[in-house]
Amino acid sequence: MTQPLDILVETPSQTAGPYVHIGCIPTFAGVEGVYPEDLGLSPIEDGAKGEVITIVGSIYDGTGWAMRDAMLESWQADAAGVYPGQDGADPKVSGFCRFAADKDSGEFTLRTVKPGAVKGRNGQVFAPHISLWIVARGINIGLNTRVYFEDEDNSADPLLARIEQRPRVDTLIAKKTGDGTYRFDIRLQGEGETVFLDL
Amino acid sequence: MTDTAALMPRRREMHPDPYYPDYKTSITRSPSLPLLSMESTPSEETGPRFGHNKLGALDNNLICNYTQGKALAVGERIRVHGRVLDELGRPVPHTLVEIWQANAGGRYRHIKDTYFAPLDPNFGGCGRTITNENGYYEFMTIRPGAYPWPNRANDWRPMHIHFSIFGHAFGQRLISQMYFQGDPLIDLCPIAATIRNRSQLDRLVAPLDMQNSRGMDYLAYKFDIVLRGRRQTMFENKPEGM
Repeated sequence: MTQPLDILVETPSQTAGPYVHIGCIPTFAGVEGVYPEDLGLSPIEDGAKGEVITIVGSIYDGTGWAMRDAMLESWQADAAGVYPGQDGADPKVSGFCRFAADKDSGEFTLRTVKPGAVKGRNGQVFAPHISLWIVARGINIGLNTRVYFEDEDNSADPLLARIEQRPRVDTLIAKKTGDGTYRFDIRLQGEGETVFLDL
Repeated sequence: MTDTAALMPRRREMHPDPYYPDYKTSITRSPSLPLLSMESTPSEETGPRFGHNKLGALDNNLICNYTQGKALAVGERIRVHGRVLDELGRPVPHTLVEIWQANAGGRYRHIKDTYFAPLDPNFGGCGRTITNENGYYEFMTIRPGAYPWPNRANDWRPMHIHFSIFGHAFGQRLISQMYFQGDPLIDLCPIAATIRNRSQLDRLVAPLDMQNSRGMDYLAYKFDIVLRGRRQTMFENKPEGM
């Protein structure tokens, strides 16, 4: 026998199911009047510093079908690389957004400011990125990934450097489609499978 | 918000299998390649905070929040309460807890739900609250009905309430489901069965809590939730190379 560790085990996840919108973005689901507005409608307010960008994409299942029922959350630093709540953070950046795949096309849209590079422990510097969390029916534990940007220097990013198969790095890099617009597609499975994270 | 120690790694074996063929939708929605594992970074160690100013007085009362108090939902009145803790057993105060559920007949108020159990005109099916300084939360609601769903030919979901919890770090984000003590459908449900570790599944089953029930009014169910913790050490902020 030894002493007990006194560490609890995390509560297990369960799928968010097909009706996640009722709980998280009820107005989107057609449940109106309970809350004044859905939480996380925008990660920025007018006057946020930095370049306003729009990221459009789809989430494809293993058959190549763009999922219509997924919900996403994003979390990011402000244009200076400071997270909301930290000293000196841009008060116009909440950093958090909830958005859903379109019921007809499956496309999602995130409008935000481009984050700055973020300092980590021991001198690490992460290239500008937005964290994503994806839940849906059939996803038993939420999937984490990151959006990096093709027009930034990603060469020294410590996370991207950990990806052994170098062509897979591309799955985390949003492609520039125009002035301030990017495309970021997510593939859950199969050819071009997105790198999902366990951090 | 100065608390930015690394998160404890997630014990994936204590969570559901992402690929679980009896839950058919998981077959094409589970990654087939390994996750990239590494120590958490500021992106996971920070997270959104939501204040009480976002919440309305009825937000945690699903019996009357859809009508804003004008009429009551149909069903067995229940109180669902518990604490949000981290892996070190510390309360997680001031964090957002959201729930959603079917009505007493097992029908969701959602465009995609076509089950022929009727909608309750007085029930929306969502609620939210913020834990107090001790990590405690509570909801008033009605017991949701069990319902059939398209998977195998005759699959039924046990009575359940969906939970969404934030914690204080984006890496703690969790969505799960609460089941009810004694429901025979739990053992038949392929979604519950995605959790292979039986003692972990048991932790999603809320016990009837008569001492916190109220006669002639409601039954209580207790549901505690544990989120990832942070490593506690004085050795983190070392000079480089030491």
